[in-house]
Amino acid sequence: MPIKAIKLRHPWRMVFAVLLVVIFVSVVVDAALRPAYDWPAVGKYLFDRRISQAAVVTLQLTVYSMVIAIVLGVILAVMRLSPNPVVKSLAWFYLWIFRGTPVYVQLTIWGLISLIYSSIDIGIPFMDPWVSFSTNAALSTFTIAIIGLALNEAAYMAEIVRAGLLAVDRGQEEAATALGMSWSQTMTRVILPQSMRVIIPPTGNEVISMLKTTSLVTAVPFSFELFTRSRDISAETFNPIPLLIVASIWYLFFTSILMVGQHFLEKRFARGVGDRQPDRKDAVGTGTGTLTGVVPVVDSGQPSVIAPPRQDDPPANPGGVK
Amino acid sequence: MTDVNTQAGASVTIPPMVLAEQVSKSFGSNEVLKSITLEVKRGEVMCLVGPSGSGKSTFLRCINHLEVLSAGRLSVDGELIGYREANGKLYEMAPKEAARQRRDIGMVFQRFNLFPHMTALQNVMEAPIRVKGLPKAQVEQSALDLLARVGLAERANYYPAHLSGGQQQRVAIARALAMEPKLMLFDEPTSALDPELVGEVLDVMKGLAKSGMTMIVVTHEMGFAKEVADSLVFMDGGVVVEAGDPDEILTNPQHRRTQAFLSKVL
Repeated sequence: MPIKAIKLRHPWRMVFAVLLVVIFVSVVVDAALRPAYDWPAVGKYLFDRRISQAAVVTLQLTVYSMVIAIVLGVILAVMRLSPNPVVKSLAWFYLWIFRGTPVYVQLTIWGLISLIYSSIDIGIPFMDPWVSFSTNAALSTFTIAIIGLALNEAAYMAEIVRAGLLAVDRGQEEAATALGMSWSQTMTRVILPQSMRVIIPPTGNEVISMLKTTSLVTAVPFSFELFTRSRDISAETFNPIPLLIVASIWYLFFTSILMVGQHFLEKRFARGVGDRQPDRKDAVGTGTGTLTGVVPVVDSGQPSVIAPPRQDDPPANPGGVK
Repeated sequence: MTDVNTQAGASVTIPPMVLAEQVSKSFGSNEVLKSITLEVKRGEVMCLVGPSGSGKSTFLRCINHLEVLSAGRLSVDGELIGYREANGKLYEMAPKEAARQRRDIGMVFQRFNLFPHMTALQNVMEAPIRVKGLPKAQVEQSALDLLARVGLAERANYYPAHLSGGQQQRVAIARALAMEPKLMLFDEPTSALDPELVGEVLDVMKGLAKSGMTMIVVTHEMGFAKEVADSLVFMDGGVVVEAGDPDEILTNPQHRRTQAFLSKVL
């Protein structure tokens, strides 16, 4: 017998919601009509070639530097957990330097690298180098921007990965060891896949953060990414606001895609945990999508029964002829 | 040591499966094992019992070198564990060699320690593929056979989180057996289980014992010890207090500490 009770009313919720909707709509309407936003210009520049190329460059900066940062971060995290005190302190020192100084300052210093080291020599120290490059020739500003972003990010990734590794139960390592698996097999097959569940959400955060941090590479100076590019265009047109909106729309577009990607990665690495439903691989996709069963209908003496459509049943009204 | 007369008449010495000689283990100043000397024959089922903190689990973990001995010698199937001996000197083993020794020693843990991101079948298949490098198709067939043997053929594609404790522990036993070990170590395999699930795990272990597997079982299940074990060892405070025939020790313990312990658990 279902409980019949008069629902508790929440009048203030309603008032509040209406108020917020009114404020939101009026802000939107106001913005649409305000000439300073110059919406026609937004539309004109949104798919401007220079802007879309800059958007691709921004994406490249993000992807390259994040990939390097994740690899370096894993290495640093494993170093920090190493029993060797020298290796451990070295990783700690790296973190101290790269996490302790602003990324803008680091990028500026990287931009001046050719003043500090005019050539890159490969060889044995204090001997004639085997190969020698001029720093300016070897490192483009694009490369320097990636190095600067990646090395800074690696320090943060190292802490994220370390937290993930520590979150895996010690018994897992023991079980793998007892089976005769080597340390690297234990890491790659048992520990790392499980730590992914802990590592991915904050890493997704870092990717989104990196996408926006790329706007700082103007310090290198590298000027072909989204923000600097739109600033440069507006410097010619003397109309900065629509171009800032254009850049923001592109950033929002990319972060939205990244959020969707993160959702699927999280789902993938949460397999085996987090859900309590029997999850046999061969049981996937057995639902027919047809509603069957008994549905109670109000005021009808008997429950109506919905049967699944049968193959051999003739259509109720073939050809639409009565 | 067992002396066997071969048909040629020559006497060949077959080493016992496990031989521990004055094995000691300390964690800092805490001496957990004090000069343990034990022998486990081939095909023998030995139960290790005793109060918590008596060192039984530590001793078990020394056998597959999860713990490093502080003193003494321990060999499995005539091979020294964790060290190489040459010219009267001991050399510490490289991790790779230690891993090779562990392949032949199966271990079952109190908390199952199944890999949660793999299905039951993948758990069983992992080590034969990665460690032994066997072809996948062959491993899959024998893994399915093993799961059938522990009564879990239907559950092959379930993740551990969707299995009961007893089912998880049976998968863990199948996982250890997949490496075709010559020795199985059980570290309180039923202590983390609901009472109603203990039986199914013990049944699998009984079957394994019948098949002739050499087993060392740390347990609180005296009924199992009485029924299945060939020998029973009672440990307390890091020493072997009493060892011998299970029936005799359980019905007529000689030592006062054994009497006190058994009066509480039986």
